[in-house]
Amino acid sequence: MALPFGMLFGVLATEAGLSVVQTMSFSAAVFAGAAQFTALHLLNDNAPTIVAILSALAVNLRVAMYSASLTPYLGAAPLWQRVFAAYFTIDQSYACSMMQFEKEPRMKVSERLRYFFGVVSPLTPAWLVATYLGAVVGTRIPESWGLDFALPITFLAMIGPMLRTPAHVVAALVAIVVALLSTTVPFNLGLLIAGCAGMMAGARCEVILDRRRAAA
Amino acid sequence: MKNLDPTTIWIVIASLAVGSFALRFVFIGLVGGRTMPDWLLRHLRYTAAAIIPAMVAPLVVWPSATDGKPDLAHMSAAAAALAVGYITRNVIFGIIGGAATLYGLLYLAG
Repeated sequence: MALPFGMLFGVLATEAGLSVVQTMSFSAAVFAGAAQFTALHLLNDNAPTIVAILSALAVNLRVAMYSASLTPYLGAAPLWQRVFAAYFTIDQSYACSMMQFEKEPRMKVSERLRYFFGVVSPLTPAWLVATYLGAVVGTRIPESWGLDFALPITFLAMIGPMLRTPAHVVAALVAIVVALLSTTVPFNLGLLIAGCAGMMAGARCEVILDRRRAAA
Repeated sequence: MKNLDPTTIWIVIASLAVGSFALRFVFIGLVGGRTMPDWLLRHLRYTAAAIIPAMVAPLVVWPSATDGKPDLAHMSAAAAALAVGYITRNVIFGIIGGAATLYGLLYLAG
């Protein structure tokens, strides 16, 4: 996952006009694929800088949720270890670690941390090397390849795996409708309005479905 | 694509670096063992599933490559990327499916 995704980011970032150094700094400092693609797209789309930043952070809000659900398992570790754990909280380290921690509730905190860093340690260099390769390749790809639809395709491919429950589908559909209705809102703010609407719809739907399940 | 102002790019990178770390650190680092309100976690669960479709929908309906006119190749590629991603639960396969559809149809259309 980290390899092709990182390469694609490298290619598209340099196509958008970022230097190799900027592209690498992006991947190393932000370390969040979906958020990086979001920022890239909005910068390209001439959105105001603050909207690009806020939208990318909104896409990344899920890592706050990861952080919250890892806390009962890793919260007792020393602060400096939690600082590193925070930086390395990504989809893969979260998903693998949670599975393991739930399966083996008797693991010690130090063992859990070792597991967590074990999952992420091969991924981080892979992400950076892939970004670098993509960036180098990207500077050599001619304009005629029509890469301007590559970002939409990437986003669409990301949506599929996110639609895990009916509530996720509702969130996505509401967001799409609101986004299409609010394209005339200035400064790309329609995106944030649509995102909020979708998020609230998803949360509401989850409550309704839970209630129905409890009643049944 | 156009040239972006380097200062803007560095501002975005720095802000996202700080912001992303803050999001990751907020609970594990600051909140510690306290439990989170359910409503907050419930909303956080749906942010990415809402924002990403909201971002992509206008790009598919009005693709920039055709100056905003809806067209078959881009619509089909979009549908393929979404469908393959959904069925295989794999982002990379979705991207490959979408790209193959787009280039295939553009080639057939000459």
